[in-house]
Amino acid sequence: MTRQLLLEHINVPGINTFEVYRRMGGYSAVEKAIKTMGPEGVLEEVKTSGLRGRGGAGFPTGMKWSFLAKPEGVPRYLVCNADESEPGTFKDRYLMTYIPHLLIEGMIVSSFALGAHTSYIYVRGEMMQQIRILEQAIAEAKANGFLGKNILGSGYDLEVYVHPGAGAYICGEETALLESLEGKRGNPRIKPPFPAVSGLYNCPTVVNNVETIAATVSIINDGGAEYAKIGIGRSTGTKLISAGGNLNKPGVYEIELGLPVEEFIYSDEYCGGIANGKQLKAVVAGGSSVPILPANLILKTIEGAPRLMSYESLAEGGFVSGTMLGSGGFIAFDEDQCIVRNTWNFTRFYHHESCGQCSPCREGTGWMEKVLFSIENGQGRSSDMDLLVNVAKNIEGNTICPLGDAAAWPVASAIRHFRDEFEWHVNNPVESQSRNYGLANYAIMANS
Amino acid sequence: MLNINNTENIENVEFTPELIGKFNEIVSRYPEGKQKSALLPILHEVQAIAGWLSVPSMNKVAEFLNIEYIEVYEVATFYTMYFLKPQGKYVLEVCRTGPCCLVGAEKIMKHIESTLGVKEGEVTSDGLFSWRGVECMAACGNGPVLQIGPEYTFYENLTEESVNQLIGKLKNNK
Repeated sequence: MTRQLLLEHINVPGINTFEVYRRMGGYSAVEKAIKTMGPEGVLEEVKTSGLRGRGGAGFPTGMKWSFLAKPEGVPRYLVCNADESEPGTFKDRYLMTYIPHLLIEGMIVSSFALGAHTSYIYVRGEMMQQIRILEQAIAEAKANGFLGKNILGSGYDLEVYVHPGAGAYICGEETALLESLEGKRGNPRIKPPFPAVSGLYNCPTVVNNVETIAATVSIINDGGAEYAKIGIGRSTGTKLISAGGNLNKPGVYEIELGLPVEEFIYSDEYCGGIANGKQLKAVVAGGSSVPILPANLILKTIEGAPRLMSYESLAEGGFVSGTMLGSGGFIAFDEDQCIVRNTWNFTRFYHHESCGQCSPCREGTGWMEKVLFSIENGQGRSSDMDLLVNVAKNIEGNTICPLGDAAAWPVASAIRHFRDEFEWHVNNPVESQSRNYGLANYAIMANS
Repeated sequence: MLNINNTENIENVEFTPELIGKFNEIVSRYPEGKQKSALLPILHEVQAIAGWLSVPSMNKVAEFLNIEYIEVYEVATFYTMYFLKPQGKYVLEVCRTGPCCLVGAEKIMKHIESTLGVKEGEVTSDGLFSWRGVECMAACGNGPVLQIGPEYTFYENLTEESVNQLIGKLKNNK
């Protein structure tokens, strides 16, 4: 059984309340951090832990914190990114729903380490239920002296507020999120300056994902070195994986980084195999933005080594034969799924969510959507695949924020690995309307 | 699209002392002079009352926050959760993104369209329902899913039967 650092107590009745959470050892990290460690001590433990940002980028959290500018007399902010919108990802919703105090406790120790006295949790607007849950948890923590003025008699003051978004994927990008928190359209900012220097209200700001902030609690309780012992190589600790698509047991799983992908998909402890006795065709391993891989390449690297759930192993082979861990949004496709239709669907998503600032993204996502729609509907041309690759290449790297890359990668990778399926659509415009392409050779090999 | 001259744009939310009190509490979460930060949460409060955001309502929000009208319009037109025209009393918002489509979301949307007898974005003649496809709602493990505002209640693992039951129940609620 995987060590559970985040979800250990998730099934304890009443764990969403302060009383039960506290009885299970909750808020001991706040006591330890404030009474014995001090801000620098907390920062050192987070650095030692090797914790990397769990929202998708995987940037070392301790390093991000150490970049925070600390000019005299200027407030600093911690903002929690709870705008979970990456298709395939639903771990933060789960964590906030069932164990909200873990996030609040993480907010307190993280804010303390950064010297923030006001912190915000930016929750996507649709999560009204989670907003209510968090507001309740904040009120309970405050009533018990863990928030507000003079926390635990230390002289440290902190207020935490919940701020709702309003349905824009782009606000998961940290500078768009800050714009949105300031009451504006979610247009990403040009960097530099980075938020660590000029963030919310032009003040030094750290933006961290829900899971990242929650992970600091066990790092404080057990020490960064203990945390770093879990996992593999530079992928330390545990990670929440949102498993969706055609799986027998979709859901949120906490895994030790380094778990073999094959075990995660087929073991009864995790996803329990592909639903309805079907075969695995493809996987998107880290949310819709990361390259899609056919079954053979997700189970084993091109060299034949077992693929592991870690930042490094999933990336092995670069974008030629690898992908990314991303946000841990793990989407499994069975043999009946159409890669062309899914690629069109994802591209429609990015076109819909493009903020419109940068022409390559605003126009390019729309062109890709139209071309993919025509292929899917039997009106494709044999030149369309090269056209799509060309458009994707011209978006990638040419935009202010990574949404452009996120839109380009799924298209480029789908054509790289499933070109035969796209060509079959183009060459069989009638037949492709009534049946699916099915499993390609590589998937048959992987499943046999 | 925002049409300022739309005749439907009536003043439809009364800014009662209670509501103003709620607004003031929201503003107090942000530093002095940064009251514009309260715009998104306040628009949610206004929409929860009227079901959509009319231009006169948005103007009153701008006046309350001491910002320009355009600063409210540009936000209201950017974020997909804000409705700029009247909706059904219940807006069924079905996730239409990849992971939900792998488990049958498109079939559910077709079923809702034929059951309600209105196209995406239109309102039923009794004013009770409208529906639309929305992008990923971060509930992919229990797809297909739909949500109904203003509390954004979730309905997961949808089947045609469960959709029928839900619509029947909402009809009885009136």
